[in-house]
Amino acid sequence: MTHNIDIGFMPLVDASVIIAAHELGFAREEGLALNLIRESSWANIRDRMVVGHFQAAQMLAPLPIAGLLGLSSMRMDVAVPMALGLGGNAVTVSRDLASLLLQKHPDWRGLDARQAGVGLKNVLPDFQQQRGRKLTCGVVHPHSAHNYELRYWLAASGIRPDVDVEIAIVPPPLMPDAMASGAVDLFCVGEPWNSVAVNQGLGRLLTTKSSIWRSSPEKVLTVSMPFLKAHPDAAQKLVRAVYRAACWCARKENWEDLAKLLSQANYIGAAPEEILPSFTGRFADLSGRATLVEDFFLPADRLATFPWQSHALWFYSQMVRWGQIDFDPAHAQRAASAYRADIYRAALMPLGIDLPPTDMKVEGALEVSQPIGSTGGTLRLGPDGFFDLLKFDPSQVEAYVSAQRHFA
Amino acid sequence: MEKLSVLIVDDNAIRASIIEAGLVEHDGTIVTIATGLHGLVEKIESVQPDVIVVDIEHPSRDLLESYFSISRAVRKPIAMFVDKSDPAWIEQAIDAGVSSYVVDGLRKNRVKPVIDAAIRRFKAFHKMAMELEATRSELQGRKQIDRAKGLLMRSKGLSEEEAYALLRRTAMNQNRKISDVAERLVSAAELLAPGADKGDGE
Repeated sequence: MTHNIDIGFMPLVDASVIIAAHELGFAREEGLALNLIRESSWANIRDRMVVGHFQAAQMLAPLPIAGLLGLSSMRMDVAVPMALGLGGNAVTVSRDLASLLLQKHPDWRGLDARQAGVGLKNVLPDFQQQRGRKLTCGVVHPHSAHNYELRYWLAASGIRPDVDVEIAIVPPPLMPDAMASGAVDLFCVGEPWNSVAVNQGLGRLLTTKSSIWRSSPEKVLTVSMPFLKAHPDAAQKLVRAVYRAACWCARKENWEDLAKLLSQANYIGAAPEEILPSFTGRFADLSGRATLVEDFFLPADRLATFPWQSHALWFYSQMVRWGQIDFDPAHAQRAASAYRADIYRAALMPLGIDLPPTDMKVEGALEVSQPIGSTGGTLRLGPDGFFDLLKFDPSQVEAYVSAQRHFA
Repeated sequence: MEKLSVLIVDDNAIRASIIEAGLVEHDGTIVTIATGLHGLVEKIESVQPDVIVVDIEHPSRDLLESYFSISRAVRKPIAMFVDKSDPAWIEQAIDAGVSSYVVDGLRKNRVKPVIDAAIRRFKAFHKMAMELEATRSELQGRKQIDRAKGLLMRSKGLSEEEAYALLRRTAMNQNRKISDVAERLVSAAELLAPGADKGDGE
């Protein structure tokens, strides 16, 4: 029997694995008929999940945690059975800001987050004096990986996110327009919207998520609780189909076809050449020089789809750090429990995938790629470091947050 | 009773004014319309609305919710869906394409009639737009049929009735609409002989 699943997504490159699951037949092979619905806001995706229009959806990785803890306008109870890859977003600055940065740093090279942070801090006083206002940064949602990693990077670079700059919310496809109109000077958004802005001559790439925190979480696949309870088998089939689609997306020989598919107006609606860099890692730096970014977006490699509870806990730690919620060990536990590695494991069991022994890891601990004690002994993870070389131990959330407090 | 202030956020100016017309019929309602993202927040701060009705496809929803959660400049509006006592009503609103935010603490019996009116107007607009689209495509279809008839009359030396009969027969055999068959014929003719159908139709 074919099972129908209505699934919401936003026009972003990390929706590619869901789109590929549908278009390349992976869902059909599992006996699923996916109905993909492109949405215009994360609020719509949340509302439609809550009222039961969608059984599954792409979501910002912190959103299910915010929904569970009652931080969003409406309580949302969903499960996260898998991640939709690692990395995939970047920080773009306006042409004016790029010029200011290059004036002060003529020897600028590449997209390194440390160079970017030091550079930005150096030009902030000049910028503020010239414009008579603070620098405005655009992010897509208060409960997004973009918001937290941008704040992390700013703070670690000596820039106070709530004091030294303004942070504004702008929907992803409108980011280039917001830069064109001067509403934002810098933004952190998922691809292809950085490449679109660069392509239109509106801005230049400053750094990437993969440089701020290598192999870091970005979007997740969510399933609604009523759907999961009524059809646990279908939920597992969905995870399997998306997993196999992710492996397909990771293969180099498929990138041209994938970019063409994603460029369709009903999916992302951007040019294939604005989508391809996400996969090839070939971007231009602040001065327009070509540069290769390692691990810019990993759809499948290094277990990129595993829903690590330590990722959930890192997002929770940042919600506490930036005052969105007070620390409470019970909240931390609930945040971690939203990420359901048990479903992932059960779903992928038939595929004989090599899986890690635990659902948490110390984030930022692997400076180089290393084998971990997996079931089959072949799984390698990392490198996964934060750019400031600090580590996050998921068993020490409170201590991590208190140590960060004085940077806030 | 103090008047209820309603802000409509919708980039479709015609729809917004239709909703406005529906709302002002309610005694004691002041309606303001906002279009676009630019200056939206400032408008909310100056209007201080009790109810905000947003087109569900409007890209401002995440921005608005984030603003509501941190702003101290406005009384805190909350998503209408927070009151989950009536799930059918919520679904009806979403189906109609309406999302709404209501200042915390307002009594439901004051607010619900207003939002219901907005939902009705959204639906009416949607129906109107669909009918308009149907009329438009019917007109377009007729135009294509006329062009296809002209082509057949010229190329096959048929009379108008014969040309139409041929189109209808082909459509029946292929289990398609006559206008579809006509459209394919016209585009094929355009492809094969540019300028061949000049002077027909339009």
